[in-house]
Amino acid sequence: MSALLSVADAHVAYGKVEAVRSVSLEVGQNQIVTIVGANGAGKTTLLSAIMGILPLKGRVAFAGQDLSRLDIEDRVAMGLGLVPEHRELFVTMNVEDNLELGAFRIERSKAKASMERVYTLFPRLKERRKQLAGTLSGGEQQMLAMGRALMGAPKLLMLDEPSLGLAPIIVADIFRIVTELRTAGVSVLLVEQNAQAALKIADQAYVMELGEFVLSGKASDVAANERVAASYLGFQHEGASGL
Amino acid sequence: MNTTIMLFLLQDGITNGAIYALLGLALVLVFAVTRVILIPQGEFVTYGALTYASLAAGQMPGTAKLALALGIGAFAFDLFAARKALHGRLILRSIVTNIVLPAIVLALTVYFAAQKPPVAVCIALSLVIVAMIGLFLYRIAFQPLAHTSVLVLLIASVGVHLALQGLGLLFFGAEGQRGPAVLSGSFTAGALRFTGQSITVYGITIAFIVGLWLFFGLTLYGKALRATAVNRLGARLVGIRTTLSGQIAFLLASVIGALSGIMIVPITTLYYDSGFLIGLKGFVAAIIGGLVSYPLTAVAALVVGIVEAFSSFYASNYKEVIVFMLLIPVLLLRSLAAPAVEEEKD
Repeated sequence: MSALLSVADAHVAYGKVEAVRSVSLEVGQNQIVTIVGANGAGKTTLLSAIMGILPLKGRVAFAGQDLSRLDIEDRVAMGLGLVPEHRELFVTMNVEDNLELGAFRIERSKAKASMERVYTLFPRLKERRKQLAGTLSGGEQQMLAMGRALMGAPKLLMLDEPSLGLAPIIVADIFRIVTELRTAGVSVLLVEQNAQAALKIADQAYVMELGEFVLSGKASDVAANERVAASYLGFQHEGASGL
Repeated sequence: MNTTIMLFLLQDGITNGAIYALLGLALVLVFAVTRVILIPQGEFVTYGALTYASLAAGQMPGTAKLALALGIGAFAFDLFAARKALHGRLILRSIVTNIVLPAIVLALTVYFAAQKPPVAVCIALSLVIVAMIGLFLYRIAFQPLAHTSVLVLLIASVGVHLALQGLGLLFFGAEGQRGPAVLSGSFTAGALRFTGQSITVYGITIAFIVGLWLFFGLTLYGKALRATAVNRLGARLVGIRTTLSGQIAFLLASVIGALSGIMIVPITTLYYDSGFLIGLKGFVAAIIGGLVSYPLTAVAALVVGIVEAFSSFYASNYKEVIVFMLLIPVLLLRSLAAPAVEEEKD
């Protein structure tokens, strides 16, 4: 099975500073792939570059097609979706308008069914559909950002820190929905600081440090790795010295 | 002062204010969507007005040729932008909108100009010509700069204004022109006399405001335009092209400008450079609305029109001074109300 998204030897730079160096990754069909790493490791930069927001040196292919000459809007139309860390909602418009615009690039007739699906996934959004996006709580805004991205019927959804700043109960909800997406045939590329939760639901995982992948493999193997456990999972394996 | 004079001034102010309202709304729209402060809005007014007046007088307006010339320029830009990946369909579309369309309009203009066409034809042709000029100007002057700062866009905007004004002198000469009334006749209600033209102004202004409101509130493209104004990156992430939003905004602004001109030119003589001052008054209203609020802009425009009418009666030498002085207290209040200056995101 060929990969849905494949990134090879990617470099992303802000001026002279290389924030991402020689990174390669693959996301297969119906897979959740996670990139974990500390703040400032370059995770968000990598996602932005895959989406076309930042220029990327290297090869990016999606569904077998080279993305290098396509801009953000074309990538969206191809079925690549990004829910950015800052969500970038249309805050002065209501929930329903935000969702409707999420389906800007798909046929009108399919948009309606799409909206029903999103409302089934996030019943809270249906309750609040006439409310302005800017007045929603943080968790609801995250749901709306995900819902808006799903309206475009993406094949691959990239989520940037979906749990950041949210209450644990909402985080659990969001991670549950991510696994539901996989069941529904949407692949997910998940960037998270909450490594424990991310590794639990992911199939594949990459660990990013200072702009490079230092470890990759099956999520369960990565989670079992001592260094990962010590640095990201907040506990240490037996044998390591305690406090 | 007696009531009759006051009512007259009020009526006059509202008629002008309605036009400033349309122009102010267009300015807010263009700024919100593209961050361009549209100084050439005034030229859209004069071009619309003088194209209409020329056609009605049976003269060939130079603006039709300008539209074709700009269209060829826009096509060249499209071709250059697509040089790495030439898509047959895109090129064909570009040829049709940028060259074939203005060429057809030019041919129609040449045909009709020779035979003093009816008012409706003059209006339709003038609107289409100015709309195309607006659209192509966006492609040539603003779209390539879309990612730059507000200041760079403003400088480009001033440049376009000066160029258009110069061309206006070339096309229409230094003499002022007047056009035929869209709706002739009049009626009186009490002390007030309503001309068909002023009724047209009210009617079209209200229709346009309602139309814009419906467009932004109900249609997908209207919402997409609002979305671009609220969050540019968010809009791109759902697949709305910033250039598409910019095109729609410029198209609307140029049509609104031209329509305003066509409504004014039967009332006052317009010169090639009259548009600037008219546009500036719309700008005053837009600034009072903070360049974001449509309703506030519309109300402010009426105030500007009324203040102008009264000051031209009491102190006609200081008419413009008084109108533009309205800005000072407003800016002062706004600076007090919003002390934090928001950094530009990009």
